[in-house]
Amino acid sequence: MSVVISAAGSGAGPVVAAAATTIDTPSIQYLQLSPVLIVFGVAMAGVLVEAFLPERARQLVQPLLTGGGFIAAFVAVCLLHAHRGVLAAGAVAIDGPTLFMSGTILVFAALSVLLVAERKLDSAGGTLVADASVVPGASGARALRNARGMQTEAYPLMAFSVAGMMLFVASNTLLVMFIALEILSLPLYLLAGLARRRRLLSQEAAVKYFLLGAFSSAFFLYGLALIYGFAGSVELGRIADAANTVGRHDTYLYLGMALLAVGLLFKIGAAPFHSWTPDVYQGAPTPVTAFMAAGTKVAAFGALLRVFYVAFGGLRWDWRPIMWAVAILTMVVGAVIAITQRDVKRLIGYSAVAHAGFILVGVAAANTEGLSGTMFYLVAYGFTTIAALAVVTLVRTGDGEASDLARWQGLGKQKPLLAGSFAFLLLSMAGIPLTAGFIGKFSVFEAGIAGNAVPLVVVAVLTSAIAAFFYVRVIVLMFFSEPTGERPVVVTGSTLTYATVGIGTVMTLLLGVAPQPLLDLANHAAASGFVR
Amino acid sequence: MLSNYVPILVLAVIAAAFAIGSVVAGVLVGPSRYNRAKVDPYECGIEAPAEPAGPHRFPVKFYLIAMLFIVFDIETIFMVPWAVTFGSLGVFGLIEMVLFVATVFVAYAYVWRRGGLEWD
Repeated sequence: MSVVISAAGSGAGPVVAAAATTIDTPSIQYLQLSPVLIVFGVAMAGVLVEAFLPERARQLVQPLLTGGGFIAAFVAVCLLHAHRGVLAAGAVAIDGPTLFMSGTILVFAALSVLLVAERKLDSAGGTLVADASVVPGASGARALRNARGMQTEAYPLMAFSVAGMMLFVASNTLLVMFIALEILSLPLYLLAGLARRRRLLSQEAAVKYFLLGAFSSAFFLYGLALIYGFAGSVELGRIADAANTVGRHDTYLYLGMALLAVGLLFKIGAAPFHSWTPDVYQGAPTPVTAFMAAGTKVAAFGALLRVFYVAFGGLRWDWRPIMWAVAILTMVVGAVIAITQRDVKRLIGYSAVAHAGFILVGVAAANTEGLSGTMFYLVAYGFTTIAALAVVTLVRTGDGEASDLARWQGLGKQKPLLAGSFAFLLLSMAGIPLTAGFIGKFSVFEAGIAGNAVPLVVVAVLTSAIAAFFYVRVIVLMFFSEPTGERPVVVTGSTLTYATVGIGTVMTLLLGVAPQPLLDLANHAAASGFVR
Repeated sequence: MLSNYVPILVLAVIAAAFAIGSVVAGVLVGPSRYNRAKVDPYECGIEAPAEPAGPHRFPVKFYLIAMLFIVFDIETIFMVPWAVTFGSLGVFGLIEMVLFVATVFVAYAYVWRRGGLEWD
């Protein structure tokens, strides 16, 4: 009996012939996959460190290991910059957008490690709790809150999440993309529940994020199944071929596309799938919020772009109206609801929703300019958001962060430099010239006009004006209002937090004043497009 | 082009009509004879034990065992087909399997060192 089982894909690997059966084993290009493998390896090493090192040593070893791993993986991404191709039997695609977004994710993750490793802020040391499993309100919870140390599992969890994000932007088949989605999401659900202060809010955020995230994963999986039913393959390239074939019964295609879009738009935080964003941003520990806001956004947009440009590129006349509608709804919802927010983290959450809408303008443009504009915007937005949330960690009261905006009144007179850099970051989010946010908005709006989406761009400009209102209101609050009631204490952080604020602010300024190198890089990455 | 979305709209309408229709039909047609079992959370014939008031805790041990079981279950799911085709998968299969088992072992080592295997 001779059975030939052929693994899908290149078949270029070594073929091992046995007596009766032959199985083509796929060749795995370990070198080209090295960035993801390094991060996975670091996560594994992190778990072993958790198992075998004492608490005190873990506090030192984990940040060095994880941060060093992210930097090593970033170097690997840089060394691979010229590589293009489909790897591991068609599972993973290495191309310009993959490398650009992987690098971006790694930089943001390394910055977030600095924030997580900060231990001088809270009197008990660090913003992450020592034992996450204690029920809020239970006896001993208060003692626990002041217990020294932190749940150092946060570092390997971050590394796993980053590995998932990198795989998410690189997946060439929907199945790998789904696995990557789960790898990036599951650690985030746990990380969201690790805040030291306001445990109830944090655990609520974790449960909400988990339930809604699992729900959206189910949407993605159902869409995957329908697409497989339509195309007979989960590879993005083959789906595109099947979709371009005329005369096929395409109900499954449209249903599947819609369900995949729901799963991906949830991760982006686009309306009407945004309701988790403010709650999770508020409840999660602020360093985790920074990591999530910057990293997940890049990863989710990377996957959305790949699915819609590669697999459904031929159907762009069908999905563009939907993207328009979602983009408009997202911008309006984010900008209008943000006006009424009284909590600075919720404000940043709704601002993230609005920004998702602005970035969707680049996606809806469905051209190369849209791709490069989106990638530039993601970099600009990530640096700004991480730095802004780093400032939030510094402004505290006796009972944790002073996230209530009323407490921020008169901060400008108390700490001009800190408030000044926060004001600058808010101006960047509003899109004022000479900031990274302006260049980002300009490039996606330009792409939108080039892609004949003029009405969409008009709405985007109008909502930018609405959004500018609430950013400026915070600046007015900080600099031109007299402090009333209790004033926040701006605690002295260690170099780690200041470095994060500094890097984020300087990058926001640099990308606003001299954006050309990064724009060139994004254009170069986008010009070669997605491989399939 | 938007006509492609008409089936989705039709589906939504049918789904809504079915949901509302079922509830309305139940109210109109069904006999409503009251008895005590009807107001129980689960109408299954066994009286539900009273819930202790306030936040209460239950042993987390079973949950850990269940998690570990899933991990080893998945490991077995991959091990058996590999063992069957060991000859034809050759060195490639061996390397991949060693990598896979090593990653599972890392998780196992973590559980062991953190006391997840101690019952008390």
